[in-house]
Amino acid sequence: MSTIGLYNYWIVFFLMMSGLYVVIVSTNLIKKIIGLNIFQTSVFIFYISIGKVRGGTAPILADDITLYSNPLPHVLILTAIVVGVATTALGLALIVRIHTAFNSVDEEQIYTSKDSRD
Amino acid sequence: MISAHLPALQVVIPLLAAPACVVIRQFTATWLLALSVSWISFFIALSLLWQTFHLGTISYSLGGWAAPWGIEYRVDVVNAFVLTIVSGISSVVLLYAKESIEQETHIKRIHLVYTGWLLCLTGLLGITITGDVFNVFVFLEISSLSSYLLVSLGPDRRALTAAFQYLVMGTIGATFILIGVGLLYMMTGTLNMADLAQRIPEVEHTTTVHAGFAFLVLGISLKAAVFPLHYWLPNAYTFAPSAVTAFLAGTATKVSIYLLLRFFFDIFSETFSLRTMRLDVILLILGVIAIFSMSLVAVYQQNVKRMLAYSSVAQVGYMVIGISLATATGLTAGIIHLFNHALMKGALFLALGCIVYRLNSVELKDLAGAGRRMPWTMAAFVVGGLSLIGVPATVGFISKWYLVLAALERDWWWLAFMIVASSLLAVLYIWRVVETAYFKAAPAGHIKEAPLSLLLPTWILVAANIYFGINAVDTVNFAKRAADQLLGVF
Repeated sequence: MSTIGLYNYWIVFFLMMSGLYVVIVSTNLIKKIIGLNIFQTSVFIFYISIGKVRGGTAPILADDITLYSNPLPHVLILTAIVVGVATTALGLALIVRIHTAFNSVDEEQIYTSKDSRD
Repeated sequence: MISAHLPALQVVIPLLAAPACVVIRQFTATWLLALSVSWISFFIALSLLWQTFHLGTISYSLGGWAAPWGIEYRVDVVNAFVLTIVSGISSVVLLYAKESIEQETHIKRIHLVYTGWLLCLTGLLGITITGDVFNVFVFLEISSLSSYLLVSLGPDRRALTAAFQYLVMGTIGATFILIGVGLLYMMTGTLNMADLAQRIPEVEHTTTVHAGFAFLVLGISLKAAVFPLHYWLPNAYTFAPSAVTAFLAGTATKVSIYLLLRFFFDIFSETFSLRTMRLDVILLILGVIAIFSMSLVAVYQQNVKRMLAYSSVAQVGYMVIGISLATATGLTAGIIHLFNHALMKGALFLALGCIVYRLNSVELKDLAGAGRRMPWTMAAFVVGGLSLIGVPATVGFISKWYLVLAALERDWWWLAFMIVASSLLAVLYIWRVVETAYFKAAPAGHIKEAPLSLLLPTWILVAANIYFGINAVDTVNFAKRAADQLLGVF
């Protein structure tokens, strides 16, 4: 298999780095959560890719199916997706409360507000 | 028989009690529920510890699915020891939590503290007990998500930003672990720890396994606040409610250190993780930098809670140094310090919580004269501080003793010297608090001693600091057995 043939992993790599970059660079808390989501999604694609078998179908118990994809990574990633949703929900809920408390969702403004320097 | 299912009950009981707290809502009832569940967990952990020590490793197949396919809970001396620490600290701190939480948290949110607490306990116990690497990730996220919630319930509005910071860093760490697990699965086709340990040697030389290992180490180190990945810790510890800080400081980072041990010595071989990947040198350097730089930063803090938080990062440094030595004595020192640090930081943060209860502040300047007005609280703080420094007859001394012993075993006099020298920095920052509390005039106004319900749990931990400092035979025996097991001597 050529390097290009494994293009899934290139996509994973690209998404992972751009997600991390967004988390690090943006000062807007909501954008940070978006970055985190992109980062996590890259891992979902990674897991789905490792379970895929070329030419394989879904793992159904039937007589004429001999080649099928590995279902385990796909099931695992369902759990990770749920975790990702929970993280996003909690992150957004925190942002709502941060907005009520600081009247801003921008990191720079929050950290320069009066009581934040100690 | 019920006793055969103890490993499952260890995790399932707090997991079921958590949603019950949301339903009950009434704050005293939820506290009682959390308290009793935590104590039940503690007794289960103790009985598991006894069983593993005398009868050997317990393997429990969840739902009756046999090991490499189903999820296995595997209890040996190492994790039974950690289970006992986690549930024990949680139980003592919960005794304390009621009044402290009622004062620091809005009354409508109190039941959420106990819900989060029980979920966090579930997660931490789950990470420790499980023998399946994907299960580790799931429990890690349970404990992390609930600890973000717990931090955000602090009295200051900055608790919210601290929790958000923690969430971002924690999620990156957990996702790194997920990537690492994925890469290992790719090469071995298994998630069971014992199975992984057998299959990894064949593929150990591949880049995929190397990358997986790197992701795992980075992710877990982030969770354990190994210097320089400790960025989230000071804020989270400073702004969380006092009882929560004591709980997290005594348990969360400890469980992550345990995970590092498990991956380094059980799943990968010690020659691979420490020698081939050169982590012995890396961890040693990071550990030494941590004990000096973080102690030094602690000396300059005006907020006592933040000071103790930085000191926690320094203390993780000692554990990491113990691991990096990769000898039986070094590992024993690391594992003993895991237990001892939970005791001393628990005692210190609880004493600090008493101060918050009365003075409503953790700024150093506000502590002036507290030594005379709150004699029992400050005495607890002083004993905890002495233990942190490593004065004989406290647990801190036992940790430092074994760590120095381990350094001398390798003929590294410089390391032994550095460990002692960095303890002097702890003298400095503890002294600043003692000086303010005992030798500065108190401001006008009457301040009472903290109530008995807060003092009692604080002094239980202080007494444990002294007891296990004088009679260290049991802890040392457990730690030695654990170290031997990790190194495969057993």
